[in-house]
Amino acid sequence: MSFIDYFLSALFLQAGYNSALVAIGAGLLGLSAGSAGAFIFLRKRALVSDAISHATLPGVGLAFMIMVAFGSDGRWLPGLIIGSAISSAIGLLMVEWITRKTRLTEDAAIGAVLSVFFGFGIVLLTVIQTMSSGRQAGLENFLLGSTAGMLISEAATIAVAGALAAAFVFLLRRPMTLVAFDPEYAATTGVNVRNIDLAMMGLALIVTVIGLKIVGLILIVALLIIPPVTARFWTNQVGPMIGIAAAVGGLSGYIGAVLSAAEASLPTGPIIVLVAFGFFLISALFSPLRGGLASALRHQQFQRRVHRRQGLLSLARREPIYDGLTLRILRRSGMIRRDGVATARGRIAAQKAARDEARWAIARRMLPDDSVIERYDGLTPIEQMMTPDQIAEIDRMILAQQGAKA
Amino acid sequence: MIDDLITALGAEFVQLSLTPIVIGVLAAVACALPGNFLLLRRQALIGDAISHVVLPGIVGAFLVTGTITAVPMMLGAGVAAIIAVVMIEVVKRLGRVEPGAAMGLVFTTLFAAGVLFLEITDTSSVHIDVQHALLGNLESLIWFDADGWGSVLDPAALATLPPQLPRLAIVLVGIGLFILLFWKELKISTFDAAFAGAIGIRTRLLSFALVVVTAIAAVAAFDAVGSIIVIAMFVCPPASARLMTNQLGRQVGWSALFASISAILGYVFAGYGPGWFGSPYAVSAAGMIATISGVILILTCLFGPQRKRTGQRAEA
Repeated sequence: MSFIDYFLSALFLQAGYNSALVAIGAGLLGLSAGSAGAFIFLRKRALVSDAISHATLPGVGLAFMIMVAFGSDGRWLPGLIIGSAISSAIGLLMVEWITRKTRLTEDAAIGAVLSVFFGFGIVLLTVIQTMSSGRQAGLENFLLGSTAGMLISEAATIAVAGALAAAFVFLLRRPMTLVAFDPEYAATTGVNVRNIDLAMMGLALIVTVIGLKIVGLILIVALLIIPPVTARFWTNQVGPMIGIAAAVGGLSGYIGAVLSAAEASLPTGPIIVLVAFGFFLISALFSPLRGGLASALRHQQFQRRVHRRQGLLSLARREPIYDGLTLRILRRSGMIRRDGVATARGRIAAQKAARDEARWAIARRMLPDDSVIERYDGLTPIEQMMTPDQIAEIDRMILAQQGAKA
Repeated sequence: MIDDLITALGAEFVQLSLTPIVIGVLAAVACALPGNFLLLRRQALIGDAISHVVLPGIVGAFLVTGTITAVPMMLGAGVAAIIAVVMIEVVKRLGRVEPGAAMGLVFTTLFAAGVLFLEITDTSSVHIDVQHALLGNLESLIWFDADGWGSVLDPAALATLPPQLPRLAIVLVGIGLFILLFWKELKISTFDAAFAGAIGIRTRLLSFALVVVTAIAAVAAFDAVGSIIVIAMFVCPPASARLMTNQLGRQVGWSALFASISAILGYVFAGYGPGWFGSPYAVSAAGMIATISGVILILTCLFGPQRKRTGQRAEA
């Protein structure tokens, strides 16, 4: 079976019960990561989750050693998850403690916790490698994730935990939104900000520990960060943003797991991350709201309007035009001939622009504090901003001025 | 007792442990020095981001040149670091997202790409893998031709030093010179960027130069000691030093001291510590050095004379 065939059959869950379960588990994991990550992103604490995820490693190592000491083979996933949860909770509390008790900033605390916990975890892993039962422990797979040889029970654990985390996000969505946007206001309405903050980070922690097996601890943070950043390109509203982030996370997890199942030698984590980045790239380029393409088009349109307006004003004042872009725009819209002389249409448009400019000048002097004036951009015709009565009055003042000059 | 010490520091020590310790200290100090300024500018995590993108840079350089000689690898890593900084800026502007999220997005993606490249291409003939990237190979940087302390003065033996040692020494001198030459500019722009701009310091150029210096430190240290130490040394010694003093000059001095202590104690504990517990195996020196720097940080958090924010009352 070719790679494509296998990929397609796996994509529609036709490649066997085990890989289907892994794909669903990764999808649910991504779903909960995307939605939990959205709140952390809005709270501007995205990188705290990086400290949390790196801080899992000593827990994994210690849990393994403890389980071996009690005579099991040490690879029991729930035990490793509990161990990693405890050590990353300690890491999270350390970040909080350092920022609260000392003058170090949060980013320094994050960097310190993630590197030190990770370093200590590596020390433990090298100890485990010297243990007789540790040689085939495969704990290195927790660094980058691996779904190869995953047990059905493990996939089921991840799927259930992922679904539970997503439900938890759904239950806490209102207080978390409030705290993310306006912690002071949230506090006045009786929300315990510190607890909600802890719950938010607790969610990141849950996502991290259940994602260890599939995505690995170095890259799980991507699944918390990339989906909300992607979602931010499509909407300015919280509800839809969380929905989109959850969908992006879920799809990344699902497609990534399927891809890596089709090519078993590849580590799962990097593939899931790159799929998520693919969603980000598409959004960053093509989103109509603030994608690169849309902004470029908007910029170009604005530039054209400015050049057209300035060109017409120059025509009205009978000033020569030298700017190449202005000449091109005027020529294309039939305002001037090839030799630069204004056409009949061009003269009319130029007069209109000049009149508009004169009206605006009066309006700015007449109503300096008016909200309409604040929206003056030198491009919008005054007819779109003011009533005919106001414009008639402005015209009377222009006439009076010209009379005074004459 | 004295005899024990002399044997412990004898020929075998020079051959097996001296160079790793020296390299560890050089790498740790090279990272800690620019780390001071990153910390004060609230850019501590730039070091984290850069050390993650070193991997794709090295893999990229390997894909282009087909070898793992030092110069192309360092160039590749440097290019990757600059690409990452530019990408972070683009994501920040385009998506209007906070710097942390932009950084997280960029370095995880680049790291993932690096891992994937590594797995897809046939790198079995050469020695690069993810483990190596994370942990370095400090323990293997031994000095074969040394036969005692006399070798330190023996040109023939000195010529066979691991190449990482002179390389790191040069990088460290370069970083030290950069900081010395631009001390005034760095200091002013770190504490008051607006004032620095007003008196004609090109703050943006200086920030970029600082990032480049950081990248150079990361790349040079990475090759010898792996990215864990790099990240830990960018953050922990400067953070501990910040809690010791209110003066930038002293802070830089403290950070270099803490970095050296971490490197020396970390290596000794990793190499000899398990023996004290009766285990014949050594543990990861890189991990242990990071751990020691964390212990120093905890101690300074608890006892550092300047640990409180200015004006903050002592908590009851």
